[in-house]
Amino acid sequence: MKKSPILSKIYLLLVMLFLYVPIFVLIVFSFNTTKSHSTMSGFTLDWYVKLFQNELILTSLLNTIIIAVASSIAATILGTAAAVGIHAMKKVPKSIVMNITNIPIINPEIVTGVSLMLLFVFFAARMNFEFGFGTLIIAHITFNVPYVILNIMPKFRQMNPHLYEAALDLGCSPARAFFRVVLPEIMPGVISGLMMSFTFSLDDFIISYFTNGSNAQTLPITIYSMTRRKVSPEINALSTIIFIIVVIVLVSKNIAERKSALKKEVKL
Amino acid sequence: MKKNNNIISLKNICVSFDGERILKDINLDIRDKEFVTLLGPSGCGKTTTLRIIGGFLTPDEGIVEFEGRDIKNVPPHKRNVNTVFQRYALFPHLNVFDNIAFGLKIKKLPEREINRKVKEMLELVDLSGFEKRSINRLSGGQQQRVAIARALVNEPKILLLDEPLGALDLKLRKEMQIELKRIQQSLEITFIYVTHDQEEALTMSDTVVVMNHGNIQQIGSPVDIYNEPKNAFVADFIGESNILDGMMLRDRLVMISGKKFECVDGGFGENASVDVVIRPEDIQIIPPDEEHICGVVKSVTFKGVHYEMLIEAYDFDWLVQSTKAATIDDTVGLSFGPDDIHIMHKMKD
Repeated sequence: MKKSPILSKIYLLLVMLFLYVPIFVLIVFSFNTTKSHSTMSGFTLDWYVKLFQNELILTSLLNTIIIAVASSIAATILGTAAAVGIHAMKKVPKSIVMNITNIPIINPEIVTGVSLMLLFVFFAARMNFEFGFGTLIIAHITFNVPYVILNIMPKFRQMNPHLYEAALDLGCSPARAFFRVVLPEIMPGVISGLMMSFTFSLDDFIISYFTNGSNAQTLPITIYSMTRRKVSPEINALSTIIFIIVVIVLVSKNIAERKSALKKEVKL
Repeated sequence: MKKNNNIISLKNICVSFDGERILKDINLDIRDKEFVTLLGPSGCGKTTTLRIIGGFLTPDEGIVEFEGRDIKNVPPHKRNVNTVFQRYALFPHLNVFDNIAFGLKIKKLPEREINRKVKEMLELVDLSGFEKRSINRLSGGQQQRVAIARALVNEPKILLLDEPLGALDLKLRKEMQIELKRIQQSLEITFIYVTHDQEEALTMSDTVVVMNHGNIQQIGSPVDIYNEPKNAFVADFIGESNILDGMMLRDRLVMISGKKFECVDGGFGENASVDVVIRPEDIQIIPPDEEHICGVVKSVTFKGVHYEMLIEAYDFDWLVQSTKAATIDDTVGLSFGPDDIHIMHKMKD
């Protein structure tokens, strides 16, 4: 398939440019001495220093992490339990339930966001609570559970259906059989579900926008409200840090996978 | 307390899935220390019967007795029965030792005893030194042995085996058949074995239970089942057979393809329509004459030990096995003695 290597190289280059030039610009201007986003006047790390002195950004970052950890763990537990139940269902009810769980994924986020807000307003008036951590965590669990289920179901399909029975046969109670045999088998799905939930929760903006309260702003919402006045290079600095963390995580994950793949090959 | 030495008794067992009747009124007694094979084509209900004994399925009707006690509502983990599953169902995240030790660890046996028992089991199945091996690095035959060891180490009263040799190649399968029989005899445990392979059933079993369409067709020793099949289904399933329409003129005289033959069966009445079964190895090929059924040789296939021939006579293709080959398109006579003719009632199905 060596038809037109030059064309395909140009195509690849264009894709890369579109993807990474904006981020490159952002990174470059995070080191600019002035607030300008058009001319580079000199190199400084001032914006990074200012970023770590900015109380608002730091608290929202902490909020975001607390919400992401809490909601992804809760969604993973709920989603795993749901997947176990769905897997045990017969064909027709199974496909009905799977379709219902998929609706939140294809449903526009704005609809999910507004409807959750209306629901919380309804209950807030009656049960006397305020928007904040609670509503945000519930909202994030809601949109994360389907992804967890979606990640685990294929693992169930790959699993030898007799494994659970074999554990019962060897003297495990049903609960014990689940934790000792089934859970280790579906663990890769559980972990990828957890990671997916965590990242979705981290960068969710729309649903958080409708369900947050004054005591719990998340980072995306804080950045959004900051940019409404003027885009401060502090945001460039913050975005640069986030980008670099993501790159480090991705690269180390790939290296780990490569290593474990190599290990397996050696074993075989 | 043990009545008639039966370890398992199934009484009037009925099972339906989605309105389809899988087992229809099964009655089966299995004696202690017996090697019993449930034999039948796929979908005959043999695996369902095994799952009822293992406790993975509760029958809609009927009683399951274990040493005289009803165990219908006892869950699998509380039964003194272990299973070797189809495709083994070994735990992939554990190594050979941990797979075999699994049941003992659940029972919280002291570590030294676990080590001793697992070691014994590995010796029994000829896998000493494989303790640390990962399951994925074992061959099919080795995985099979681990699955057997994992079940047997719990010292069950009954071992259930669900087509355990199905995934192995022919040579290995034959070795494992002998191996399984040896293990069963040395440990003196009841084995209940499910298979669709008639040769496997005949080789290993003390008792063969032939099943079809959720019914038991015949229970007997391998020799009985082969030599005295109760009906045409059993005759056809256990080895190859020629099954012909016949007419029982009177006791010990049967008419096949318009010719009268003496036979050894009776009690069918006069002029009764019957199924006649003649084994292909019981037929000799002779020069054609008036007394015998004659036909034209249609095909000759070399099978190693013998030749297999199809001979067409009176619109029926006779299967004949012989060490001597006939020539295609020759007309030959078919000879068989009175002992070789098996008469059975017409099948209802």
